[in-house]
Amino acid sequence: MIRLTTPITETAIRALKVGDEVLLSGKVILSRDTGHKFMVEQKPDWLRPILEDAVIYHCGPVVAKNPDGTWRFVSSGPTTSIREEPYQADVLETYRVRGVIGKGGMGKKTSGGLQKVGACYFHTTGGAGALLAERVKRVIDVKMLEEFGSPEAFWIIEVEDFPLVVTMDSHGGSLHEEVLATSQAQAKALMG
Amino acid sequence: MTSCSVPVLTSKEVVEAKSVLPADWRADLTQPASLDLQPAVLELLRRTTSRLPQDIIDALVAGRNAEEAGSRGANTLDTMIENVVLADDHGAPLCQDTGTVIFWVRHPLGISQRRVKAQIRAAVAEATKRSWLRPNCVAAMSGKNPGNNLDPFFETHPVIHFEEWEHPTVEVQVMLKGGGCENVGAQYRLPDAALGAGRDLKGVRKCIIDAVVKAQGQGCSPGILGVCIGGDRVVGYERSKELLLRKLNTENPNPEWATFEQALLTDLNSLGIGPMGYGGKTTLLGLFVEELWRHPASFYVSISYMCWSSRRMVLRVEANGTAVFE
Repeated sequence: MIRLTTPITETAIRALKVGDEVLLSGKVILSRDTGHKFMVEQKPDWLRPILEDAVIYHCGPVVAKNPDGTWRFVSSGPTTSIREEPYQADVLETYRVRGVIGKGGMGKKTSGGLQKVGACYFHTTGGAGALLAERVKRVIDVKMLEEFGSPEAFWIIEVEDFPLVVTMDSHGGSLHEEVLATSQAQAKALMG
Repeated sequence: MTSCSVPVLTSKEVVEAKSVLPADWRADLTQPASLDLQPAVLELLRRTTSRLPQDIIDALVAGRNAEEAGSRGANTLDTMIENVVLADDHGAPLCQDTGTVIFWVRHPLGISQRRVKAQIRAAVAEATKRSWLRPNCVAAMSGKNPGNNLDPFFETHPVIHFEEWEHPTVEVQVMLKGGGCENVGAQYRLPDAALGAGRDLKGVRKCIIDAVVKAQGQGCSPGILGVCIGGDRVVGYERSKELLLRKLNTENPNPEWATFEQALLTDLNSLGIGPMGYGGKTTLLGLFVEELWRHPASFYVSISYMCWSSRRMVLRVEANGTAVFE
């Protein structure tokens, strides 16, 4: 088990390989469909200090407001990452993000971005919303809540020991491509 | 850890102690005009979002024990089972994607569908306010989120199917269908030249295998498939989704389809996609197939994919007015 804390250095991320299990602590920024389109089309500068050397998490949480006006995460597992495939590489390059957390894996374009920038794709268990919310220590801030709505907003959170597996590394490795190739070959055999 | 046993969820007494439905709640089905299902539907949503059906839990445990100890597949299923226990204990949503909220209401003559619809909509808005449901209903073009899970234009969300039946009881069945698994559903039109699939059993089988390979782990495998052969495009998809309400291991009433389902399930689990697409033996927990009529020119194979977190539950209001959740 490898422990990583944000901000993450390029050296630390390039040392990771497909299959490595990681416990991540530190600052994570939630973003999904609306946020990714927004980042690519508008490239807002105010996001730069927030995202540099940090990690993006593809997630739209269930949140609740505490009596003192602060927020807490009730359920917060990953959403399907492949929908951000058109945008992810561009986002990685623009904002120098060191990692992306999601589920289901991503494609060749993102893999290119990971290699160029020095970043990894981390997989976490889809559907494990209650369990992953326990690893969220606090909500630091939220941006674009009014404009995007709660599932799509940029939630900035602090996590502790967030359980991840590297499934795409900065050297072109991808567990998803391996599983796809194996299953396609078996499907061909089954179809005769 | 070499094997995993079925976890013990909180007792019936604990679940009932947390209920938002007063213990003495009774519906008077002889007075349909005064029937108010809202509090019972609110309780139905509370339970559905945080407590997975037992047949699904049993299948996850069986899948876990079929994977090699220490493998990524086994570890992932362990995490899923741990999440099931935590969500139940905390009364928290199992998954942050509380889905498209779909109801099937079956009722005797005399119940006002218009009133029941308003009550269900109010219960959904209240459950959203209480953070039991994520506000998942946004305007298609602008993405604007009204925050209450109600369709901002018409009354198409929550989705409600009504049917009058001959029984004296009312049944409200709910399914929370996440967006990830909805996105990997597929509808094929046979013959399909690219797949080499004709209008026969072999062709249908090819469609199902193709859909599962394309889905990989993206629908949160191990999943459950509902497959409807025939219908028009709408009826085909609708029935394929309704099949996902069945309990796992429910025998197909048609013995030929039962045999087909069993054999194909084994084949699909040999694809090596595994839990979350990490590789492994547990790609699907179940498969249901149904055949309908079709127009002579059309031959649809409609496939709905349900994620491992298959959240479904039935509220039954008995003739004596008591509410039963199962």
